[in-house]
Amino acid sequence: MTTQETQAIQVQGLEKSYKDLHVLRGVDFTVARGSIFALLGSNGAGKTTAVKILSTLLKADAGTARVNGFDVATQAPDVRESISLTGQFAAVDEILTGRENLVLVARLRHLKDPGGIADDLLARFSLTDAGARRVATYSGGMRRRLDIAMSLIGHPPVIFLDEPTTGLDPQARIEVWQAVRELAAGGTTVLLTTQYLDEAEQLADRIAILHEGRILVNGTLEELKRLLPPAKVEYVEKQPTLEDVFLSLVGTKA
Amino acid sequence: MSKHFFGDTAVLLGRSLRHIARSPDTIITTAIMPIAMMLMFVYVFGGAIRTGSGSYVNYMLPGILLITVASGIAYTAYRLFMDMQGGIFERFQSMPTARSSVLWAHVLTSLVANLISLAVVMLVALLMGFRSGAGVLAWLSVAGILVLFTLALTWIAVIPGLSARTMEGASAFSYPLIFLPFLSSAFVPTDTMPGPVRWFAENQPVTSVVNAVRALFAGQPVGTDLWVALAWCAGILVVAYGFAMNTYRRKIS
Ligand SMILES: Nc1ncnc2c1ncn2[C@@H]1O[C@H](COP(=O)(O)OP(=O)(O)O)[C@@H](O)[C@H]1O
Ligand SMILES: [Mg+2]
Repeated sequence: MTTQETQAIQVQGLEKSYKDLHVLRGVDFTVARGSIFALLGSNGAGKTTAVKILSTLLKADAGTARVNGFDVATQAPDVRESISLTGQFAAVDEILTGRENLVLVARLRHLKDPGGIADDLLARFSLTDAGARRVATYSGGMRRRLDIAMSLIGHPPVIFLDEPTTGLDPQARIEVWQAVRELAAGGTTVLLTTQYLDEAEQLADRIAILHEGRILVNGTLEELKRLLPPAKVEYVEKQPTLEDVFLSLVGTKA
Repeated sequence: MSKHFFGDTAVLLGRSLRHIARSPDTIITTAIMPIAMMLMFVYVFGGAIRTGSGSYVNYMLPGILLITVASGIAYTAYRLFMDMQGGIFERFQSMPTARSSVLWAHVLTSLVANLISLAVVMLVALLMGFRSGAGVLAWLSVAGILVLFTLALTWIAVIPGLSARTMEGASAFSYPLIFLPFLSSAFVPTDTMPGPVRWFAENQPVTSVVNAVRALFAGQPVGTDLWVALAWCAGILVVAYGFAMNTYRRKIS
């Protein structure tokens, strides 16, 4: 198999500035098909910027990015056929009902039987009872679930989730995690961004840390943990958590 | 143009029309100010304004209709702004949907919403004694001018709708547009105005549109006012469309 067939996302030398602010300064990473990849970074690191470039909402200043084998700059319509974006803030229509939101997306993706698709997803995300209610009455967790359900319509092979659990309570967070795991189990490639170390630790097959415009490290949780000196036996043995790795690499003063 | 353009626009138009159906207050709010003005002018100031023969309602209705559109497009900007803020605009843009459909659906929604508001205002005017001897062709011409005027103002509204940072900013642009009919032949004949004001009033777009609609309602020959009005509307439409598309492209690049 060629790299294009095994890698769902290939990013090389990606750069992006907003005027004088160099947000991305040469970002490289690849994401294997069917895996969950976490882009970890503090607030303002450029995670959303990277996701927007990959979902054809923003043009990069330099570098290339391919999603599902298509170039984001020159084959944007093919990329849009292959992806789904769940933005940082739930992009749902407050005035419509949950079901109407799902039907709307199914129609815009030109699928047959939008009503059936909507009902299936409502059931899958435990929203059947709320389906006929306006989204304005939903809780944060329900909104996020609907948001993710909308992203699954049409089974796009690649899904971007930009900080999917920011602002959610612990219960809603676990529900979202569960949904993400199910997605990956079904063969979908998931790129998620997060500021939460435990989220990356829980979900991701591979983790990349975005810091000061570059990917600082990229590997499995085990590989990242090995970057620190092995746990020393003192009074108690303590395995480094991802948080230790992150803080030591980023050098944040605690 | 994407092969799905018409279908996608229709789906998104259906969405926005649902928004309007669920908050009819936007239609009422749009219609209420022009209706209040109409009541004031007819029952309070009207007696003191000399407009020649004929009823004052007949005289001022064209101007009131333009004010209705000018206040209605504030909601066009508002609806677009809300989509931009809420992230749903980006969701649509990242989907395999015809991209410009999102914008066109808002434009068509603006047209529908304004036509409903105009109908409400017309109805009140009829109750207040507005009468017209215009034939079918003249009515169609009035409708045509109002549609063109609404589209021109709608494309102006798209610009702040796409680029505003606050909700107030998105709708503030409509205030000068609402005010423009007062500096025209809409409520008083321009020959009562002092020199520079009169010059402005006689050469700004609202006056030609008002005069054309007024003549059509009265069943009189429209003359050059019609062509001047159409030229103004078409000109504003083209320029505003250009700027709006430019703003749009910068937003989605
Ligand atoms: N449209 C924009 N114009 C100017 N600066 C921006 C814009 N979008 C984001 N930024 C800035 O770029 C940096 C990275 O933003 P972002 O990609 O949203 O980071 P993250 O998602 O990791 O929090 C931040 O400092 C942010 O303020
Ligand atoms: Mg972000």
